[in-house]
Amino acid sequence: MDFITFIQQLINGISLGSMYALIAIGYTMVYGVLRLINFAHADIMMVAAFAAFFAIDSLEVSFVLATIIAILVSVVTGILTDRVAYKPLRHSPRISLLITAIGVSFFLENIVNVTFGGTPKSFNAPEFFDTIIELSGATLTPTVIIVPVVTVLLLSILLFILYRTKYGMAIRALAFDIKTVSLMGIDSNRIIMIVFIIGSALAAVGGIFWAISYPILTPYMGVMIGLKAFAAAVLGGIGSVSGAVLGGFILGFTEVAVVALYPELGAYKDAIAFVFLIIVLVLKPTGIMGINFEKSRF
Amino acid sequence: MILEIKDITKSFGGVVAINDTTFHINKNEIYGLIGPNGAGKTTMFNIITGNYKPNSGKVILDGKDITNKKNYNIVKYGIARTFQNIRLFSSMSVKENILIGLQNAANYTYIESIFRLPRFFSQEKKIAKRADEIIDFLNLTEYKDELATSLSYGIQRKVEIARAIATNPKLLLLDEPAAGMNPNETHDLAQLLFQIRDKFDITILLIEHDMKFVNHLCDRVMVLDYGKTIFEGHIEDAIKDEEVIKAYLGDFKHA
Amino acid sequence: MAKLNKNFIVYLLISIAFICISPYVFEDYGMRILNNIFIFIILAVSYNLINGITGQLSLEPNGFVAIGAYVTALALLSEDMKWELFQLEDPSPWVLGLNLDLIPALLLSGVVASAVAFVLAVPVFRVRGDYLAIVTLGFGFIIKVLAINSPEVTNGSIGLNEIPSVINVYWTGGIAIVTVILILNVVYSKYGRAMKAVRDDEDAASAIGIDTFKIKTLAFITSAFFEGIGGGLLAVLLTTISPDLFTFFLTFQLLIIIVLGGLGSMSGAIIGTVLVIGGSEWLRFLDSSMNIFGYVTDAHPGLRMVVFSLVLIIVMLFAREGIMGKKEFSDIFRKKK
Repeated sequence: MDFITFIQQLINGISLGSMYALIAIGYTMVYGVLRLINFAHADIMMVAAFAAFFAIDSLEVSFVLATIIAILVSVVTGILTDRVAYKPLRHSPRISLLITAIGVSFFLENIVNVTFGGTPKSFNAPEFFDTIIELSGATLTPTVIIVPVVTVLLLSILLFILYRTKYGMAIRALAFDIKTVSLMGIDSNRIIMIVFIIGSALAAVGGIFWAISYPILTPYMGVMIGLKAFAAAVLGGIGSVSGAVLGGFILGFTEVAVVALYPELGAYKDAIAFVFLIIVLVLKPTGIMGINFEKSRF
Repeated sequence: MILEIKDITKSFGGVVAINDTTFHINKNEIYGLIGPNGAGKTTMFNIITGNYKPNSGKVILDGKDITNKKNYNIVKYGIARTFQNIRLFSSMSVKENILIGLQNAANYTYIESIFRLPRFFSQEKKIAKRADEIIDFLNLTEYKDELATSLSYGIQRKVEIARAIATNPKLLLLDEPAAGMNPNETHDLAQLLFQIRDKFDITILLIEHDMKFVNHLCDRVMVLDYGKTIFEGHIEDAIKDEEVIKAYLGDFKHA
Repeated sequence: MAKLNKNFIVYLLISIAFICISPYVFEDYGMRILNNIFIFIILAVSYNLINGITGQLSLEPNGFVAIGAYVTALALLSEDMKWELFQLEDPSPWVLGLNLDLIPALLLSGVVASAVAFVLAVPVFRVRGDYLAIVTLGFGFIIKVLAINSPEVTNGSIGLNEIPSVINVYWTGGIAIVTVILILNVVYSKYGRAMKAVRDDEDAASAIGIDTFKIKTLAFITSAFFEGIGGGLLAVLLTTISPDLFTFFLTFQLLIIIVLGGLGSMSGAIIGTVLVIGGSEWLRFLDSSMNIFGYVTDAHPGLRMVVFSLVLIIVMLFAREGIMGKKEFSDIFRKKK
C-alpha cells in the first residue's frame, strides 16, 4: 500500500475511532458511577440519529437545528431512562439493573421500529459533507476531518469539566465511592443525572456523525455499534474517559486497517471488537489505562 | 503452635495497614486480636484467609506455609471465618447454610449428582446427619428450616458460627462475634465458644471490642495499634501495659 | 434434599399423561405451539441455571441454540441431501462425513455447545462476571457472522432445509421432562447449593471454601449443553434453519420467561414459558391492523415487541421476584413440620 493510501486509511480510521470514542465515553462514565453496563446507551445514539432524520425529512428544518433537536431528544431520553428505570433500582441487586437496561434497550429499538417502520431510512445530510477534497492524491470528505476535530474538542471540554469544575470532581468522587459521597451532602442523583446528560449528548453527536458517514439508519443499528463502543471502553480501561477515547481510536483504526490490508476478512471486521474484548479480559482486565475498582469487599 | 504470623507487612498504596507484625497462637487457645478501630485487625484476618496478599512475611498454619494460597482453598487447610456484618446466604434455610459448610465433606462428582448415582445419596445422608448434629449442639434445632436471614441477630450469629464449624476447621476466625449483643447474650456466647472449643477440638482467634467478653474468654491477646503489635500476652498484663493504655484510653474501665 | 418425594412423582405422572393425550386434544396449530412450549421449557430451565440459580447475567442462549441447531441438522441430513442443498460452495468433507441418528446428534449438539461454553467461560469468569453479559451478547453475533460466512459448513445465509422431521410431541415433551429432572438434580445437590451461594454472596461463598470460578463455569457449561440440545430439537421441529433465526430476540424471550417466572425457580421457568409463548401467539394481533370499537388502526409490526419490553421493565421495577420468586411448586405445598 502506498503512502497516500495509508494516510487516507489512517484518517478514515481516526474518523471511525472518533465516533466509537464519543459513544464509549457514555458507557465508561455510567459504568464508573453506577457500575452498570448501560445497554440502552447505544440506542440513545440511534434515537438521536432518527430524531435528526425526522427533523430534516419531515419537519424540514436546517441541519444545525436538526442536530440541536437530536441532542435534546437524546438527553431527555437519557434522563428519563435513568429516572424511570434505573433510579428505582439503585439499591437492588446488580442483575436486576442489567436486565432492566436490556429491557429499555429493546424498548427503544422497537418503539423506533414501530414509529418509523422497519425499512432502512436514508439520512439526508447537507451536500457539503459529501464534497470531495483532493489533497496530494488523497480523496477526502469534510466529514472525516470534522469528526475527529470536533471529537477532540468535545473531549477537551469534558476533561476540563471533570478535572477543573466542582461537578466534575463530584462525578469522579462518585465513581470512586458512591456511599461516602452521599454522606458528604452531595446529591448523588443529581450528579448521576449530569453523567447521563453528558453521555447522551456525546452519543447524540456520535450518532449524527455516524448518520453522515453511513447514511443508512435502522432501529437496530445501535446494537452492533454499542457492543463495539463498549469493547473500546473496556480496551481503554473501563471507568476512564481518556481510556474510552483511546480504546475507540484503537478499535476504529484496527477495523479500517484490517479491511484495507486483508479485504477477504471484511465480513469478520465486526468480530475485531469482540477479539479485543477477550484479549483484554485474558491479559489485562483493567484495560490500557488500568483503573482498578476492586475495593475491599471483605 | 497452630498458627504462626511472621513479620507480616501489608500496605495499600501509600498506607501501611500492617507493620511488621509477628505473633503466634497455640492449639486450643482462645486468642483475642484487639485494638482501636482502624488498627488493622480485619486486614489481618483477610491476610490469614488469603483475601489479601501480604507485601512480606508468612502465615504458617500447623507447620504449613499458607501465605499465598487462594482464599477458597484456605478452608481445605483448616481455617474458617465469620464476618463482622454476618454474611449468611439469604435464599437459604439455616440447615442449607450449614450444608454449604459441608461442601467438601460430601464426596460425589457432578455427574453422580445429575444422574443420582448411589454415592450421591449416601454422601448427602452423611452430611445431613452431620448438619443436624451441629444444629442440635448449638440449639438451633427449632430454626433449622427457617430462612436464615429472617431470624434474630443473635440466632444469625450462631448460624454463621455453625456454618464455619461445619467446614471442620482447625482454626476458627470470628470477626466481632459479640457485636450488638447485650451482656446476657455475650455471656451465653462465651459459654458456647468454650463448648465449641472443647467439643470440636479447635483453636479460636477472634476480633473483639467488648473487653469484658475478651477478659472472660481469651487465654491470650494481641493488641494492634496502627498496624503494629504493641502487646502480646495475657490480658491481665495487657491492662497494666503503658502502651496499651495509651492506645486504648477508656475501654479498660469495663474489664 | 433427596428429590423422590410424593409431589414430584405426581407432577411427573401428570406431565406424562398430558403429553400422551395431547395429540388427541389439540389440532395442528395447537400441537405446534405445544412443541414450541416444550422446547422453550428446555431452553428456559437451562438458561435459569446460569442466570437465576448462579446469579450470573448471561445472554448466551441464541448462540448455543444456533450451534446445537446446526450440528443436529448437519448430522441428520444425508450425504446426498447435503450435495443438493449446499449451493454457495461444496460442503466440506467432515460435514459430509457427519451422519448420526437423532439421539447421538442431539448429544453431539450438547457436547459441542458446552465445549464452546468452556472456552468462553475461562476468560470471562476469571475476572468480574459483569462482562459476561457483553461477551455472551457479542458471542451470539459472532456465531451468526460465522454461520453466514462459512458456506462450506452452514450453506451461508441460505441455511439448511429439508431436515428430516423425525420428532413429535413425545420427543419434545419427553426430552423436556428429562431436562427438567436433570437440572433439578443439579439444583438439589451440593453443586446447586454452591451455585446459589455464589448468587447470594460470592465473597462469603469463597470464604466457606467454594471455588467460585469452577462453579460458575460448571453452571455455564451445563446451561450450554441443554441449550444445544434444545437447538437441535428446534432444527428438527422447524425442518429449516438459517442464521436469521437465532437473533438476540430468542435470548430476550428467554430472559422475559425466567424473569416473569421468577429468577431461580424452575417451576417459574415452566410457568413463564407457557405464559410467554402462549401469550406471544395471543398477542400476534398487535402486529397487524386492529379493530378497536370500530376504529381501525394501521398495522404496526413490532408493537408486540414493544409490549414485551415493557413487560420486562415493569416486572423488574415492580415485581422483581416474578411469579414464583425463588420457590418451587414443592415449596408451596410443603407442610410445615
